[in-house]
Amino acid sequence: MNNGEPWWISLIKAAIIVNLVMLAFAYTTWLERKLLGRLQLRYGPNRAGPFGLLQPIADLIKLIRKESFFPAAARDSVYIVAPVIALFTALAAFAVIPFGAGWQIWHYHVNGEIANVSIGLILIFALGSVGVYGAIVGGWASESKFSLLGSMRTCAQLVSYEVSLALSVLGVVLMGQSLNLVEIVNKQGATIWFFIPQLAGMFVFFFAVIAETSRPPFDLPEADTELVAGYHTEYGGMRWGLFQTAEYINMITLSALAVTLFFAGWHGPWAPLGPVWFLLKVFVLVSILIWVRASVPRLRYDQLMSFGWKVLLPIATINAVITALLVVWVD
Amino acid sequence: MPQPIDSVKGFAVTFRQLFKKPITQQYPEFKRPMYPRFRGRHRLHRHQDGLEKCVGCSLCAAACPADCIRVVAAENTPDNRVSPGERYARIYEINMSRCIFCGYCELACPFDAITLGNEFEISEYSRDDLIYTKDMLLAEPIKRVPVADPDLYDTPIPYYKASS
Repeated sequence: MNNGEPWWISLIKAAIIVNLVMLAFAYTTWLERKLLGRLQLRYGPNRAGPFGLLQPIADLIKLIRKESFFPAAARDSVYIVAPVIALFTALAAFAVIPFGAGWQIWHYHVNGEIANVSIGLILIFALGSVGVYGAIVGGWASESKFSLLGSMRTCAQLVSYEVSLALSVLGVVLMGQSLNLVEIVNKQGATIWFFIPQLAGMFVFFFAVIAETSRPPFDLPEADTELVAGYHTEYGGMRWGLFQTAEYINMITLSALAVTLFFAGWHGPWAPLGPVWFLLKVFVLVSILIWVRASVPRLRYDQLMSFGWKVLLPIATINAVITALLVVWVD
Repeated sequence: MPQPIDSVKGFAVTFRQLFKKPITQQYPEFKRPMYPRFRGRHRLHRHQDGLEKCVGCSLCAAACPADCIRVVAAENTPDNRVSPGERYARIYEINMSRCIFCGYCELACPFDAITLGNEFEISEYSRDDLIYTKDMLLAEPIKRVPVADPDLYDTPIPYYKASS
């Protein structure tokens, strides 16, 4: 499935993409603080560098230089591995997302994605499910009852919303007639952007993404103001930073997935700009996620659960069934 | 019950703020004037003739709820006259890291020798630097803050602050 692309080109692309995603993460935190500030009539970071642009770097230096606090009762290796799992799965999911049409550089063909996997969509969901282990293991290995309760809370939320997340894209899979993200994007470029026929699916996906990335109003895993973090209460310094990185990269990855599935990936409405369109759409989606954070108060836990199971899941199911009927009927 | 319409309205409210100027006051550049009766860094005072007002009676130390004032008195002698009274404060120290700026010391002082000024930017990198000696308290504060016009406020300034 690699269109005659030598394996070492994939390696180079992977290195570039990982670094770009990390950079995007750093400036997503900046964008979030800046935009959130302006939405709340504040300035946001404006001290480090022009417009506070060096703030993410200052934060990184601060986190790395901080003492790596280690609870005496924690289970050593598992405690250290948990944030790594969370970050790895978040980063790995980006490998199958197509960001361009592919190019001819010198006499090599370069694909517009790192790995063209025939079941790319399932791979992303599988990696997301493995990422939940970061939260479970992190809370359990901290050997603190509050961390354990926090990780139970987090897992219940992530697992419930994963169901809606997966069901909401079923319509897209049926219309694209493939689980391969590249083919789904190409189908959208050839026919219609899937957010028009799959409007319900898109909204369910969007709500599920907010819950999956544990962002307000579904940020019960952290709930800064009332619960004071959950599974990562006992983490500090860069270990905590890795959990936070994973969360933000999940946000970017799932925004990119939404762009791929519902907004035709790198296809633009007119100019063939490729990755520029892709970046622009991801930027808009991330900004909307931040806007949601500024506008909606946090849900109670029972509201969160009943919204996931009683509202999102039925809508996603009905949407999938109707799409399936229509697809069969049209054929 | 959820209110979908009202939730959407909320989004419009937050979006409108994007086009307004933030109301934040940028602190180190913009300093809000302090109220005239604000209790900040202490000062010791002298009489017109240069003698210290403090007579080393330790009433301030006794009144201090945080126990942050240390006074060691010594006798005035004809060739070493520091204060007009019988004794003077040989050592007068205030531990600013313990002080709660309640102002009881200036209330207790019978000679208005100690008052609380308006300066509040007295952070230091070391705790040792927060122990203010008599020389520091007698000298003019290094950092000054803007003070609002007392005429704007109808609360009377107490006599022990007005004299300083």
